[in-house]
Amino acid sequence: MSRLRAVALAIWSFVVGDDWRTALGVALALALTAIVASLGVAAWWTMPVAVPLLLWLSLRRAVRD
Amino acid sequence: MSGAELGLAVSVFLACAVEAVEALTIVLAVGATRSWSSALSGVGAAGLVLCAAVAALGPALTALPIDVLRLLVGGLLLTFGLQWLRKAILRAAGLKALKHEDEEFEAQRRAAQTAARGGARIDGYSFALSFKGVLLEGLEVVFIVLTFGANQHRIGLAAIAAAAAVILVALAGVAARAPLTRVPENAMKFAVGVMLTAFGTFWGAEGAGASWPGSDAALLAIVPAVALLSLAFVAALRRAGAPASAPASEATSTALGAHAAAAAHTAAVPQPHPQPTLSTATIEEL
Repeated sequence: MSRLRAVALAIWSFVVGDDWRTALGVALALALTAIVASLGVAAWWTMPVAVPLLLWLSLRRAVRD
Repeated sequence: MSGAELGLAVSVFLACAVEAVEALTIVLAVGATRSWSSALSGVGAAGLVLCAAVAALGPALTALPIDVLRLLVGGLLLTFGLQWLRKAILRAAGLKALKHEDEEFEAQRRAAQTAARGGARIDGYSFALSFKGVLLEGLEVVFIVLTFGANQHRIGLAAIAAAAAVILVALAGVAARAPLTRVPENAMKFAVGVMLTAFGTFWGAEGAGASWPGSDAALLAIVPAVALLSLAFVAALRRAGAPASAPASEATSTALGAHAAAAAHTAAVPQPHPQPTLSTATIEEL
């Protein structure tokens, strides 16, 4: 069990890193892109909007901490 | 060679060269900043998986859900890239200690000696990034060969053109490797953060169903845009923490919020290794 937990923690650490909010934000931004694309509307603009916002929020948290 | 065959060869060569350059960018960036051996191991492993997939599936490869792969790889690259960029921006702004490269070299030397005694160590991060980048782009090269080649019933010619493109780009990568090692570490990390973020944005959006204006050429706009955005954040953080501009308590109207001043003050407190001051942390140190 502890080995499974260690593997899960290693995967979490590898994928998410030290800022889970940014990882969650990336997932939400990609989901939003998929939703907009599925509506038949141009969706390429969503990531260029989301990425600066995510970076700004991440920097702000780092500066506060 | 007929005009149609020449057109096929040139089209496949150019399309595959673009894909190969994208993969090469990831491998060079990861290799130069973390571990060449692990990055090249990732390339080798991806090559083996590609060969096995082509041998096993052949033309049926085109049925693979490439968009799902793009979405996963893009999402991961973007997550990694944003974290690299955050740290690189904080270092460049003087809010996080720059790595002391002599000490780093000594640590690497000791680690290498330990690894030599205890067997070679693979840096999983470098391996995985190279593997994913090369596998994704390699699959795209295979798709190009199969679709372009099958349309004109000349898969062999398409494969030769693709191989020529990949070999040419790989040779360019070998030539670029030595100059890259002379770039300061923090500058490389900044560049890697920019590249991972830009490629992650591009692939992630494509995988989610978006179509970029200009297709792959959009990367020519995305990469500089991410770089400029990051430099703007560095400038904003430096202004927020500039000691001559205002006392810490007054530096609250910055782009990054009220606590930037406190963090800048903390960064100015003497550390075991001196922090780069805002005046000496020049743009070259990025």
